[in-house]
Amino acid sequence: MNALASQVLKGDQRSIARLITLAENSDILASQAMKDIHPHTGHAHVIGITGVMGSGKSTLIAELTSEYRKKGLQVGIIAIDPTSPFSGGALLGDRIRMMELATDDGVFIRSMGTRGMLGGLTSAVYDVVEILDASGKDVVFVETVGVGQAEVDVVKIADTTLVVLVPGLGDAIQTIKAGVMEIADIYVVNKADRPGVEQTEAELQSLVDISCSGKDRQIPIIKTAAKEHQGIIELVNEIERHQKYLKKSRLFDTQRRKRYEAELVEIIRKRLMNFIFDESTFKEKVEILIDQISKKELDPYTAADEILGKIIK
Amino acid sequence: MTRKIRVLVAKPGLDGHDRGAKIVARALRDAGMEVIYTGLHQTAEMVVDTAMQEDVDVVGLSLLSGAHMTLFIDVAKLLKKKGMEDVLLIGGGIIPEDDVPTLKKAGIAGVFGPGTPCEHIVEFIQKNVKQ
Repeated sequence: MNALASQVLKGDQRSIARLITLAENSDILASQAMKDIHPHTGHAHVIGITGVMGSGKSTLIAELTSEYRKKGLQVGIIAIDPTSPFSGGALLGDRIRMMELATDDGVFIRSMGTRGMLGGLTSAVYDVVEILDASGKDVVFVETVGVGQAEVDVVKIADTTLVVLVPGLGDAIQTIKAGVMEIADIYVVNKADRPGVEQTEAELQSLVDISCSGKDRQIPIIKTAAKEHQGIIELVNEIERHQKYLKKSRLFDTQRRKRYEAELVEIIRKRLMNFIFDESTFKEKVEILIDQISKKELDPYTAADEILGKIIK
Repeated sequence: MTRKIRVLVAKPGLDGHDRGAKIVARALRDAGMEVIYTGLHQTAEMVVDTAMQEDVDVVGLSLLSGAHMTLFIDVAKLLKKKGMEDVLLIGGGIIPEDDVPTLKKAGIAGVFGPGTPCEHIVEFIQKNVKQ
């Protein structure tokens, strides 16, 4: 077995951190280790947390993690923040809300930039979930960037998806639009100590009444005030209830299958893109084609055929 | 894929002035780096544990309270103890000239006082980070 992989399986912090970096950089060294750890994954319950900017996702994760730690469970946290499309840099600040977890050996936190991915996640997030899972974490949180309405990719990776709202976000029509509001397994109304919480709850309830009508599971709405440590135990209980429901209804396997599908597609996409745009000979060819398109000597569709024709034989 | 430089910007100790740290963090971000900012009141253990989990290439400490001779050196020692000598350690804040040689000897590779243009820090990191 790959040396790095075997250290990761033992839970060695430095090796976990190193392998995550390699995976993030699409380093060739990562793929061998990833092959070796895959058979040792599948244990961790993956909880996706998504919601608008400032809804308190990081604080909520910190509170939930403290609760899981009391139960003796090991926790991994992947906190994603946006990468600047202009400089390629990123300011990753989710840890600020997780300070009290910093020196706990049973918690591994990793901050990641989106690095050009849309959808609220980052390309290597599938790898990082597998790495933390294989290293012995019982629960893995995936915190998306602060989302708008259409960033729904987290649902592909999470076993349980929490959509976090706060009072005063807007009228009822917002809650019936497509996108983020459709992916929740549990709705969390955070900052529930603020005014307007009853209205938010009522609007959500009417959404649940419509969308869950006739289904065997109603999406629960949990009120929390994470900073005040309120509602956290109720939320943990609700996540456990969802976990049991997944197992009982066999949705669990369907959902995991979806994750592997998304992961496979992502690996292929990344390799293809690297092949087309990073390999030097190809890159030159692409530049020439773009010049031709600019001068109207060629159209984008014909150029695409030309590039794909070189790959698909 | 090109490798991105990852930097932890940390404020150890009890000093609550983080404007400088945030400005530097932003400048590094604009230079294409991934910057992890952890907020105020960090212990040396928190800084080093975070640096390990985040697998950063650089740790930048900011301190304006005068405790740098203790706290910067504590971080340097702890990094060494955990076998993380390959991490580039730099610091900034209100640091008297006389203290700089001792800090450098202790492993703080770059020390940046008030008035340092942000580009200097960016350049220093790009030049000295372990490839």
